[in-house]
Order: sequence, then C-alpha cells, then structure tokens
Amino acid sequence: MENINYAIETNDLSIHYGSFTAVKGVNMKVERQKITAIIGPSGCGKSTLLRAFNRMNDFVPGCHVTGKLLLDNQNLYGKDVDPVEVRRKIGMVFQKPNPFPKSIYENIAWGARINGFKGKMDELVEQSLRSAALWDEVKDKLQQSAYALSGGQQQRLCIARTIAIQPEIILMDEPASALDPISTLRIEELMQELKKNYTIIIVTHNMQQAARASDYTAMMMIDDQRAGGVIEFDDTKTIFTRPGDKRTEDYVTGRFG
Amino acid sequence: MTRKAFDTEIQNIKDEVILLGSMVEHALLGSVEALKKRDIKAAEAIIAEDKAINKKRFDLEDQLVTLIARQQPMAQDLRLLASTLEVVSELERMGDYAKGIANINVRMGDEKLLKPLIDIPRMANKGVDMLHRALTAYATNDAEAAAAIPVEDDEVDALYNQIYRELMVFVIEDAKNIERANWLLWVAHNLERFADRVTNLCERTVYIVKGTFGEIKQSDDEFWKDQNK
Repeated sequence: MENINYAIETNDLSIHYGSFTAVKGVNMKVERQKITAIIGPSGCGKSTLLRAFNRMNDFVPGCHVTGKLLLDNQNLYGKDVDPVEVRRKIGMVFQKPNPFPKSIYENIAWGARINGFKGKMDELVEQSLRSAALWDEVKDKLQQSAYALSGGQQQRLCIARTIAIQPEIILMDEPASALDPISTLRIEELMQELKKNYTIIIVTHNMQQAARASDYTAMMMIDDQRAGGVIEFDDTKTIFTRPGDKRTEDYVTGRFG
Repeated sequence: MTRKAFDTEIQNIKDEVILLGSMVEHALLGSVEALKKRDIKAAEAIIAEDKAINKKRFDLEDQLVTLIARQQPMAQDLRLLASTLEVVSELERMGDYAKGIANINVRMGDEKLLKPLIDIPRMANKGVDMLHRALTAYATNDAEAAAAIPVEDDEVDALYNQIYRELMVFVIEDAKNIERANWLLWVAHNLERFADRVTNLCERTVYIVKGTFGEIKQSDDEFWKDQNK
C-alpha cells in the first residue's frame, strides 16, 4: 500500500451548513490516475462532498468545512490558499452541459487565456478537443456556436474546456445523466482515456455506470442525524460483487429503502 | 424491500433448481434399483427421463440469462444467479451418471449380475443423501451446512475402493468375469463421480453466501494417495 500514489486525501473532512452537518468525518485517499466513483441514495451528500474537493461550496452562504483536504500535502482549506488556484488544479464537469455562449473555439481558448496561457492557442484547442474525443466531429466548424452541438458533444466540449486548463484532477457530477445511452458510453470511454493523464472523481446515481467505469467506489449514506458519510470505500469489483457493509449490499442490489 | 418482482423470480428459480435436483435424485436411485432387479424396461424409462432433465437445465439457463440481462443483479444477487448457472449444469451432468448406469443395464442384456449389489446401492444412497442436503443448503443460504458436506465424499470413495478390490478378485479368479466386473466397475465409477459433483455444488453455496471461492475439501488425488500408502 505504501507505493500507491494518492492525488488527494481527506482527513476527517466535514461540511456544515450553519449548524447542520451535511457531510461528516470523511477519510478518503483518492489514487492518482484512477477513476473513483461516489455512489449513494439521494440526499446522502455525494455532490456536497464532490464540491468540497474544489471549494465550490465556498459560494454557498453559511457553508463551512472542517478537517483537511490535502493535495500534494497542502491543505486546500488552509488560510493562504487561493480558491481560484484550487479550481485551476481541480476542474469540474457538471450534470448539464454548460458551454459558454461562444464559439466552440472560444469555449476552449477563453479559460486558458484568462489563466495566462502563453503558448500556441490553436494547438491547445486542437489538443484539448482531441483529448475529449471531439476533434473529428468539430474540426471544420470551430467558429460555430457551441450551442449548435448535441448534448453529448456539448458535454465533451465542457470536458475539453476543463482539460485545456491542465488540471490534476477532474471532478464529474453526474456527467452523463442528461445524455442518451450512446453518448453516455462515449463519456465513459473518454474517462478511460483521460485517466491516463488525470485523476477522475465521479458522482453518479447510475450504479451500472459506477460498476462499468470506475476503479474505486465510495458508498455514502446518511446517519440518524441526517449527516452523510462514506460508509464503505473499496475497489469497485469488491463493492459490486461482495460488499462488506450490509447497507452497501442493500443499496447495490436495489433493496434500500 | 423495493425489488419484490425480482425477489419472486429468484425464489421461482430456486424452486425450479430444487425440482431439477429431485428429478436427478429420482433418476439415480431408479437406475440402481433397476440394475439390482435387472429391470430393463425401468432402465429405458430412466434413459427417456434424462431428456426432461436436460430440457429443464436449458430452460433454467434461459431464465437465468434473461434475469441477469433484465435485472442487472449486483453483489449477492449476482453471485446467486452466476452460481446457479453452474449448479444447473452440475445437476444435468449428475443426471447423465444415472443415464449411464441405466445404459449399462440395457447393454448387459440377459447377463446375470456378477454378484448381488450391496455396496453399489450404498454408494447411491449416500450420494443422493449428500445431494439432498447440498440442495437444502443452497436453497436456504446455509454456508455452514454446505461446507460440512464434502468431507463425507470420503465414505463414497472408500466404498468405491472396496468395490474395485472386490471386483478385481473376481477377475483374477476367472478371466471370463472381466466383462461383467467391468460393467459394475463403471456403475461404481459413475456413482463416485456423482458424489464428487456434490462438492462443487457446496462450493457454490459458500460462494453465494460469503463471496469467497475455494475448494472445501482436499481433492480425490489426496484421498487416493492416502489409500495407497
């Protein structure tokens, strides 16, 4: 176990909204260049936890985080840490594709430009679109509006936009739940390509998706105080063939609730 | 419980597996009884019934594959359905041993048995008793009961060993006994293999319940090594 390279670690991480604790005491080590899925019933804090990974919850009034979130041994919730810099290193792809109302080209170039990218922009755009398995479909219409693309293409554009910033970690919040089955499988195939260079953490309601696409799976569940927590974290094969926790067994076999 | 329909289908499959098992038990005891009485008509009926066993196995396989495709089972459900594919195929093969014994009976024609059958029915009874309890353990998810059965296979192996030696004496006494001894040896061999397969069923039940693979009992190779010392 000592040789495993972890991208991110949480140390007793809890997320509170005012006096209410939404997520409690998470201790997770996320392996680098692997896909880690977070599953669990609605309201168990999956998205809240995912958003804590790149400080998206900072935007929520009254939300505060206790414990530690370590990236390269640095606590991302430390006093001197710039949340914008955190989000550059840890990108996020959302449930609904949310391209900017700009051209396909500008969707990639804009963020890179803001982040002070000094290289050849055309190359970055092509490289990012290739990495997101979108280049062949859009190379002849880069100046067209991103809104002209299909939902699945828009989602891959959002992934390309995230890659263009060259993050270390990509967070995905239900990235395929608004897509048809073929587009969903494309995103999953793409994840397998992306993990060669990036660490991916994905929240999904779709257990088959977690089983198909991830290397590790974290199972979340709320306790009697309604605080969410990770009740089991193991390799995906174990979670779906012989989970250790009865609650995980009930959830993955569809006998929960 | 949110999967009532699925649970009903699982129970239905388990019931069908038990039914298939009882067909196999019936066939095996029947084949030995027919041999004991040299009742060729009864043997032919056993051979005909094997077709029903084979059909039930394929029907169950079809149901299992359909259920896997439609319900996408996970964890213990997945282990149960995947293992049951193996269980039904084992049972079908065990039915073939009964058919094999019935075939020997038919092929013997008018020939008399070399000796009265004593240990052969004992082997059959023991094997069927083990099968019955193995299927009960399967149906009730009783891993402990399943794990305790395979060691009893040694009794069946010991009977086989005894029958083998006995038949060899007949052969040594008079070479004209070779064919009739050989028939009975094949019958005993079928029964020995029948009991071996009960062990496979027990291993499946342990896997279904605990999620762990593994041989419960030392292999027969070890048994024979011990016997030959």
